[in-house]
This record gives sequence, C-alpha cells and structure tokens, in this order.
Amino acid sequence: MTGTAYSAYVLGLADDALIYSHRLGEWLTWAPQLEEDMALANVSLDLIGQARALLTHVGSLDGTGRSEDDLAYLRDERDFRNVHLVEQRRGDFAQEMARMLWFSAYQKALYAALAGSADEQLRAIAAKAHKEVRYHHDHAAQWVVRLGDGTQESHAKMQAALTWVAPYVDELFDDSAPGVAEALAAGVGVLPSSLRAAVSADVEAVVAEATLTMPAVPKWRARGGRDGVHSEPMGYLLAEMQHLPRSVPGARW
Amino acid sequence: MTMTATATDVLAAVRAIPDPEIPVITIEGLGILRSAEVDEASGVVQVVITPTYSGCPAMRAIEDQIARVCRAHGLQAVVTTALSPAWSTDWITEDAREALRRFGIAPPGPVVAGDGERAPGPVSVMIGRGRHTVACPRCGSAATSVISPFGSTACKALRRCDSCGDPFDEFKAL
Repeated sequence: MTGTAYSAYVLGLADDALIYSHRLGEWLTWAPQLEEDMALANVSLDLIGQARALLTHVGSLDGTGRSEDDLAYLRDERDFRNVHLVEQRRGDFAQEMARMLWFSAYQKALYAALAGSADEQLRAIAAKAHKEVRYHHDHAAQWVVRLGDGTQESHAKMQAALTWVAPYVDELFDDSAPGVAEALAAGVGVLPSSLRAAVSADVEAVVAEATLTMPAVPKWRARGGRDGVHSEPMGYLLAEMQHLPRSVPGARW
Repeated sequence: MTMTATATDVLAAVRAIPDPEIPVITIEGLGILRSAEVDEASGVVQVVITPTYSGCPAMRAIEDQIARVCRAHGLQAVVTTALSPAWSTDWITEDAREALRRFGIAPPGPVVAGDGERAPGPVSVMIGRGRHTVACPRCGSAATSVISPFGSTACKALRRCDSCGDPFDEFKAL
C-alpha cells in the first residue's frame, strides 16, 4: 500500500462527523419540539456533508481508492476511528446538548486551526465546515443556558448531563491517536491537546452563564476509540447504519 | 477569441438554471456557479460549482440540470465541485436578494468577521442577532424574532414577524 501516513488522522475526523451525524439523525420525531427536530436534522446534515468530503479525501490519501460509501458502509467496528463520545446512545435532550456543546466547541477550534494545514483539500473542507459548526455551537450553548438557567428540574437535568458527558471529553484531545504524529510532521494536522485550553474555556463560559458548575474530574475516562476499540453501543449503531448496503450491495434509490 | 452563438447561448442557459430549492433565484445569483467555459473544439463545457453547505442535498440535482442544459445545446458538461474558497452569502447578487425578498425569504445580512466567536459575557446573543436587523419580507417591519436558527433547508433560519404575526424564512449569513 502506498498511502499517505497521515490518512489515519483524517479518518478519525471523518468518523467523528459520520457517527455523530447518525446519532443526531435518531432525534427526528423525538425532539422536544418540531423546530428542534429540524434543527438537529440540519446539524446532522452538515456533519454528514463534512464526513462525505473527509471520507472521500481519505480514500484518495490511503492508497486504497475506496469511495466514501465503501468507507462508511463496508468497514467493521474495529476499523472505525471515532471517539466514544459520539457513539454513545441517545440519552435525554439535556445529555444531547451537553454532548453537542463539547463536540461543537471542539470542532470549531479544530477546523479553525486546520485553516493552516498543508493539505489543500483538508484546508478547504475545514474552512467550509468551520462556518457551519459555529451555528451548531451557538445552538447547543443557547439550550444549555436555557435549561441550566431554567426551572429547578431542567437545571438538575442539565447539571447531570454535564456529569454524564465528562468521561468522554478527554479522548478528543488525545495526542497518541494513530496518524497524529505523521499529520504533524507533514504540517497537515493539529496537535489535539493544543486545542484543549480554548475548548474548555469556551464550554466553561457557557456553563457559568447557565448557572451550572463544571463537574469533578471523572475517575474513569473513555479511551481507545481512535484505535478502533469501541463501546457496546457502536456495534448496534453500525448494524443499523450498514444493514441496507450490506444486505443489498449496490442498492440505489 | 470570439464565441459562437452556441457558446454564448449555452453559457447564458447555464447561468439561468434555477436553484432547485429556491427556484426564484438562479445558481449564478446564489453565487454557487463559480465558472463556466466552453471549449468548442472538444464540445465540452467546463463548469465549476460550489456547495452552500457541506451537506447540501441539491448539488446532485444542480449537476444533472447543468448536464441537461449542455446536452440540449449539443455539448457535453464536465462539472467539478470546488470547496475553496468556501461559499459565502456575501456572493448572493443584489437582484437575487430582491427576488428572495419578493418570494418571502429575508435575504442574508452581511457576514461579520469573527462573528460567532463567543465573546466573554452573556451567551444569549445568536450569530447575527443584534448585528443586523432582519426585516419582515411581507410587511417590512423591523420587529422580528428568531423561532429557530435551523429552518426548512440548511441555509435558512425560521423567524416570526412581531408586527404582522407571519412566520418567514431568513437566509442565514454564512
């Protein structure tokens, strides 16, 4: 194989977007209001657009010539490089907003930093995506404030949601993930840990505005997603996402 | 080099293709048609388009439409998608903005550099809110409010007019 050494790095970014897009799509008809069904579907659509562009790029980088569909539908669980955060089951709405707050703050910092990437295509994808994820972050932030600074019950649920999401945050900033060193050496990628201070400050500002408190540092923290070691919900997610193209290869609308 | 009548016609026809989701504006007016050139020797029309949003589902329909228009002129279209520079609502032409307004969609305000970067302080400021006034496309009132920042398509937000009470779409600044 004559692939580029940093393709695993780009695959991690692509899989985060793809898997979170799938989870958000599950909210359709389940959100607290009709407008929110549309909002979460719109965020999901942006993410699948980003995933498609990134996966297509991976297919050209890794020397395998795989298409975006090959990569999305024909890989097994161990070959997916997304963090555990995005694969967790859909919880309550407060949990989704806590997850989206962290993930969108992370993507915003990531895509802004990738504006300086030496990989022209990655730079183009990031510049476009950065404009989109600002709206995602804004949306999540507004809900966190509304729920946190809302009723006693919404406050308690939002606070519990911040505690729920905390163990899944570290993995976003893991420098030991495959392809990171190669991506840095090539001037293509961003050191994940370098994004942490800005992302945390971003989240903390929203949490403070929402009259909530940051949860204690969790004792257990998720790891292994970038190496293809996933949690239980991932298999179920893939079974649903990949069922049709695997049962009916080449199916078209 | 002077163009033949066919070349002039086909380029005009490509520029006049309506957006599949907002048919009152053309792909040129929307700013997603980046370039179109005819190579008469080979009979090929090279067209470059760019998506509004990464996940815009109308891209394939636009490509098909360009191919159809070129075929009707006896030419073959080669459509490429360019992501860079990223599309901006600032590229929407004045004519298209007026057409949007007449259609009942508030045109986008100017894109503000650094907009969306959360300044320290109150969080309740939505992107664009407070920075430009979104007038109701029906009654013209400046008193309007956001129902949801995500509307019926990726590029639109849903608003309500506080004067006439009508809900309407707003093209989000991007």
